[in-house]
This record gives sequence, C-alpha cells and structure tokens, in this order.
Amino acid sequence: MTVSRIPRVLLLGCVLLLVACGDTSKEAEQTDVPFASTYKPATSKPVLIKNARVLIGNGEELENGSVLMAEGVIQAVGEKLRAPRDAIEIDAKGKWVTPGIIDTHSHLGVYPSPGVSAHSDGNEMTSPVTAEVWAEHSVWPQDPGFAAALAGGVTSMQILPGSANLIGGRSVTLKNVPSRTMQGMKFPNAPYGLKMACGENPKRVYGEGKGRAPGTRMGNVAGYRDAWIDAKKYQKKLNAHKEGNGEAPDRDLSLETLAGVLNGEILVHNHCYRADEMAIMLDVADEFGYKVSSFHHAVEAYKIADLLAESGTCASMWADWGGFKMEAFDDVRENIPMVANTGACAIVHSDSAVGIQRLNQEAAKALAAGQRVGINFDEAEAIRWITLNPAKSLGVMSVTGSLEEGKMADVVLWNTNPFSVYALAEKVYIDGVLTYDRFNPAHQPVSDYVLGHRAENGGAK
Amino acid sequence: MIKQTLMLAATAAMLSTAAEVVVIRDATIHSMGSSGTLERATLIIEDGEITAIGTDVAVPAGATVIEGAGKIVTPGIFDTASNLGVREVGAVDSTVDHRGSKTSGPSFKVVDGFNPRSPGMIANRIEGVTRGFLIPSPDGEGHIIAGTGSVVHFGGGDDYIVNEDAAVIAYLGENGSEMAGGARGHAALKLREALNDAEDYRDDRDSYDSGDTRELSLGKTDLEALQGVIRGNVPLIVVVDRASDIEAVLKLGNEFALELIIYGGAEAWMVADKIADADVTVVLNPLQNLPNRFETLNSTFENAVRLHNAGVTIAFVHSDSHNPRNLTQLAGNAVANGLPWDVALRAITVTPADLFGGSNDCCSIVPGNMADLVVWPGDPLEVTTYADHVFIDGEQIEMKSRQTLLRDRYLDLKDELPFAYRK
Repeated sequence: MTVSRIPRVLLLGCVLLLVACGDTSKEAEQTDVPFASTYKPATSKPVLIKNARVLIGNGEELENGSVLMAEGVIQAVGEKLRAPRDAIEIDAKGKWVTPGIIDTHSHLGVYPSPGVSAHSDGNEMTSPVTAEVWAEHSVWPQDPGFAAALAGGVTSMQILPGSANLIGGRSVTLKNVPSRTMQGMKFPNAPYGLKMACGENPKRVYGEGKGRAPGTRMGNVAGYRDAWIDAKKYQKKLNAHKEGNGEAPDRDLSLETLAGVLNGEILVHNHCYRADEMAIMLDVADEFGYKVSSFHHAVEAYKIADLLAESGTCASMWADWGGFKMEAFDDVRENIPMVANTGACAIVHSDSAVGIQRLNQEAAKALAAGQRVGINFDEAEAIRWITLNPAKSLGVMSVTGSLEEGKMADVVLWNTNPFSVYALAEKVYIDGVLTYDRFNPAHQPVSDYVLGHRAENGGAK
Repeated sequence: MIKQTLMLAATAAMLSTAAEVVVIRDATIHSMGSSGTLERATLIIEDGEITAIGTDVAVPAGATVIEGAGKIVTPGIFDTASNLGVREVGAVDSTVDHRGSKTSGPSFKVVDGFNPRSPGMIANRIEGVTRGFLIPSPDGEGHIIAGTGSVVHFGGGDDYIVNEDAAVIAYLGENGSEMAGGARGHAALKLREALNDAEDYRDDRDSYDSGDTRELSLGKTDLEALQGVIRGNVPLIVVVDRASDIEAVLKLGNEFALELIIYGGAEAWMVADKIADADVTVVLNPLQNLPNRFETLNSTFENAVRLHNAGVTIAFVHSDSHNPRNLTQLAGNAVANGLPWDVALRAITVTPADLFGGSNDCCSIVPGNMADLVVWPGDPLEVTTYADHVFIDGEQIEMKSRQTLLRDRYLDLKDELPFAYRK
C-alpha cells in the first residue's frame, strides 16, 4: 500500500452527528432503553503526536506523520500539523501510532480472573436457545484482564456469551475504560450483537451432556430455524402493531432480541469452525432474512473465503490456534491472509484473556505467514485486521477503528513497529484521554481485586 | 531377482562409504555452547554430525550448501511440556495419551504412547521444535505424582527416545490440593509418604518382596519409579505457583536431597533468592501475568528477568499444547520485558535440553554433537520469522506438514476441478 497524504482539513465527524452515520443510526435512541451507557470521557487537553510512523487503519500510512486529538476526537492526521496553544506535544520519532485495537471476541468480565466457578458467568447452559440473556448483566468490571488488555493497546471489545448454546444471548461492546459499573464502560450507541454457535459445543453440551436436543449438527440447524420461525411471527405482530393493526405482542425478552436481528438492529456473531457449516449458516441467514456480521474462530474460513467475500461476511480468526478439537483440526497459519486476499473482511480476534494482550503480535504472525506464500500485504493493510475490520463487524466503523478526522480519538503509541514481538504500547488514548501510560503509574488502572498485591498485570512497571 | 538384490546392496554400500555432507555457509551461528556466537561462519555436518564450525572453515567438494548469508542458526527449540505425538486432537480422547488415570502414579510413562508420525508433531517441527519432554498430565483423582516424563526428538523413525527417565512430576498447589482431597496438607502428606515409602523400599526390598513390610502407599512399579528421584539423579518436577508453596517445596527438596525443578512458578520472583540458593531451575511461562488463580495473584511479566537477575536458571514453558512453536514468541516477550536476548534463547533451547538430557549433551552447535538446529531467515524470537531449515538428530527434515498441504490445496479458490483432486 502506498503512503498517502491525508487532507489536513478538520472535519466534523459523524461522532458528533451520529444520527447521520449509517451503521449506528438505528440505535441512536438508545438512551431510553435500559442499562444505557453512562460512559462520558473525561476532559483532556489536546494532544499532538508528531514525527511518528502512522498506520491509519484503512490501509493507508504516513511515514512521518502527526495525529492531533482534541475534544475526544481525531482532529487531523497529516504530515505537518500545528499544535493548538494548550496542546501536549509528543515527539514520537522512531515510534509508531495506530488506531486502538478492537477485539471482536472477548469474555473478559463474564469469565474474569480469578477463574473460579463463582465467576463463571459466560454460558447460560440451561437451554440451547437463550436469546433472552444479555452478556452485559454478567460483566464484572473489576476483571483485572481489562487493564492487561489495555496495556496491549485494546481500546474496545465485544464481550460475548459463550458457545454452549445455539443462540447464546446478546453481546455488548465496551470501551476499555476503568469503571465501577458495566454501564460506565458501555460503548455509546454501539449496536448489540447476538451470539450464535455451530458445531461441536451445543451438541456436546445438550445431546451428550443433558440427553436433549440438539445432539447432532442437523439438530443444531433445526434449533436455529425453530427459533427464527418464532421470531418471524413475533416480528410480524410487532410490525403490524406499529402500522396500527392489532395489539402489540406480549413482551418476550428472547423474541425481542431475535426480532432485533431480523430488523437489522442487532448484529449476528456466529461461532463456527468448519467451512461447510459456515456455508449452511449463510443459507439459514438467507432463509430468514438476516445477515451474519462475522463468523468467529472460522478455522476453515480459507476454504470458503470466496463465499465470505460474496456475502460480505467478516471472519474473526486466530493466527494459529487449532488441533484442540475435531472442528479445529484443519487450521492453517495462512488462514487470515488467505481470507483477506479474496477481498473478504478478515479479523484477528482473541477469545482469550491472554491473547487479547497481544493481538498486534497475532496479526504479525498472520502477515508473515501470508508473505511466505506470496500474499504480500504490508503493515498498513494488516493493521486493519485488528482495527477497522473489527469496528466494521461490530457496527462502530463510522466512529472508531481508524485515525480519520472526527472519529473517537482511540489511539495507541508504540515504542516500535507493532508487528514485532518487541513492540510495547507506551501510551493508550481512549476518546482522547490518556488511559494507560507504560512509564507513569498514575495512568495505570488497577482493579479492586489485585489492590494491595504485587501483581503487575499489563506490564505496568 | 538375485542379481538385482545384490546390485542394490552394492549401491547401498557405496553410498554409505561416502559421507553425506551438508554445509551452512556464511551464517550467524548461536552455538549456545563452547563455540560461542559466530558471525559469517560456516558449519559442516557430516552424516548428521557436526564436524566443524568457524569463520575459516573450507567447504568440502560435493557438499550440499545452504547459503546462510543474513540467516541465523540456533539449536532446536525444546518443548518443556510436550504433548506432541501423544495428543492429536485435544477433545478426542482416543487420540490423547498423556493423561494419568485414577490408579496411575509415578511409573506411568507417556512415551509408551508416542507416535513419531503424528501430524501435529510434524506441524510443529517444521517450525523449529526439535525435541521435547513428554509431560504426564494429572488425572483429577489420580496420584499427585502423576508419572515419569521422557525426552524424545521429533525427527521420526523408531529411535526417538533421548532420555527415558528424564524426570518424575508431582502436582502441588491448587491442583495437587484438589487431587489429594481438598487441602494443600493432603498433597504434602501424599508426597512425603511416597518419598518415605520409596526409601523404605530401597532399604529392604527383600522384605517387601516376601510381604514382610508394613503396607506402603504405592505399588512396586511406582516405588521403583521413585528410586532415581530419592537417589537425586532423576529430577522431581513440582508444579507449583504460589510463593509459599515454592518455599515449602524447597524445604522438602532439602530434606530428601532431591534434584528439584519448579514448573509454573508464577510467584517465584518473590522468593528468587531462596530458589537461587537451592540451585533450582524454574520453568515458567513468561506470558503469565494475570491473577487468574489465587495462587497466581502476584503474577508479572517481569518474573523471568527478576529470577535471572537473582541468579536463578530459567527455562520456558507454553500453555498451548498444540503450539510449542510459539515458544519463540514467549521468549521474545520475555526480552521485551527486560530479559537479555541470549538468556531467552537459551531458555527455549539448551537450558531445558541440559536440564532433562541426563548426560546426553545433544543440543548445542559444537563439533561432535549431532545436528539439532534451525536455520532462520531472521531473529528467531520475532513473530514474523518462520524457520527455513530444520535438522533433527542429524537429519534435515522435509518442510511439509498436513497443514501446508491444506494451505496449498486452497491457496487458489478459482479452479474448475473439485479441491479433492489437488494433492
């Protein structure tokens, strides 16, 4: 990708004009829904980072660039920017700047540290369809994993229910800011997600574990279709009522969520390893008129990358996990670049409190694996796998995921090329606020749980 | 027919007289041994054995030459908690051969189930993992002394055992406590009981064999398996994380004159001086920074560098049994968090090889050793570096795995023939 110049025009981004911003407009009235976000970024001085190698997130880069943040948003990105009088200036010569990393697949808070059974809040394993549960009601904001992920440059993440169920419930997208409450972390106006799961897990948990449906992959598919048939009926009643025909149906938490998917307001995130199963899930989505925003794990995505590209479906993948179960037996190192190479939306995800701390390294492994077989992406393109593409699949691309004017100032300053094992995030800004500073303990959040201990999770020194 | 056989035999004899010579020329070689680190050096391998290394070594005529300019040569990566060859698919029990059972104890040997043709093993060896310690895993209801681990190489063939009785492993801490009945005291008692019984058995085997001893806590094969441990010539690995648990293990080791190795050691940095005094090696995961258990409350990325600075020998262990190839990444992260680069490389190569090798000094790149090494196109600890060439036990291995075949099959999705015909 060639180095290009970003115009120095100061744009008012859609963050200030949210209703006009496609992706999130339907959720714009979220303030009157329950459990609304109470997150408000602290006020911060303008910050100008200059002389940095800047990876914009959209495939472009600046070799010697500057990023100006103020009022919580990216004001400008360019080669020579002038700082406002009260700005903090940072000379980042030799350093790299990227958008904040976004993880589409995390269980932080719902499976927090310490991983004791009292904290096991991610899988409502009592029925194969639990669309009524919301992951946000399980999130423990004191999970020390949040701070550790922050030190790895993660500024936003989707917290998902587990994969025991065919339909596991609503996910929530959080900003990685320390807070006493989940609401204080909730990404303002982000759409909800719906967790679905293919394959081995649901049939093992129910068929093998509890002697009830589903016990097979065909049982899984019957389970999804039954749920969507009910949701269709509910949606029809709702829509008729809106048009003045008939009573509103009784509130039903499960069907409300599923109808939200059918209305395009809630985005489907589908745990699915095998290529053939992903193809079936695309057809289930077609049958009922919804879209899969992203497959997750997608260990065999490389076998059907063309189908993903055609349907505009993202794949959230690991760089190198595989082998741990039958449906993960065909993992290849090149999965991510092979998917990206077809033009499909490739994402590096973690599904791990450990992996989330190094998504940049996972992206680096995938980048290099691709280069070995002649898939020659560069860093400017590959950073998209952990920034703009995840933002796209979470429905927040218009407000974060790249360093473009008007977007949230979610920014990471790295000591070196982030596609290196030696790279460390030095400063992490969320909405323009210095949320983590490797060299300043005053900017290193510590959860209640580890207070008084000498744990130094997050690499804070 | 007879003639043909004779001719074949004659050809084989001719081949065996001319040594097969492989030369790696002009490379940076980290010998991790007496040859030190050499720039623009040449390495000669004759019939698998390293015969010369240096900057003024001539290339013999007829040798196969690997151009090493800009490349880095290191000893092979050592998997300290290996499931390679004894676990194909984690969730498919029929392919898992490293777990103890309710009734198994110190004499359980994982190596009895080792498959030198394992696809998962091959996928890792092409990335530089050349040998490993096959670690016995505990069964929830089994003995806290879970078995005897062996060192094998991953080169294939049937002579893969490097050191059969490399170490015996015991689980203490939260894991051991649960196995032993719910308290750390139960686990400590079990371990002490087993060691005492092994000593009594040693002192009077005849009485044991004639049935004239008190009842011992272990059967004969398990008592035999502990003899090396109580003699101090087979190490006892103790899996333990909490600082206070480590202190207790050190005392026990002193009492029974054991050769201890600590695995885990999340809080080892807090008692680093005591560990250094006892001259015990800590095999740790440098990515362990989360307080994910109460016994790891004081985890830190700086565990490795703090132990090293206190004079403790360290090696690294991963937590993903399908991916020991990522040991290089673990080592790189330790460097990012302050550990010297050569110590980190040592921690995934010769340190564990020495620790488990018995008298078998296999892995440094010095004349007299079999070639067990990797040629890398760049910094081996860097996540963007993949191995170019791998030698195991003298043999250069083919850089092909089921994974690379799958990749090649689907690299181009535009084809009229079904993919099943691409082989």
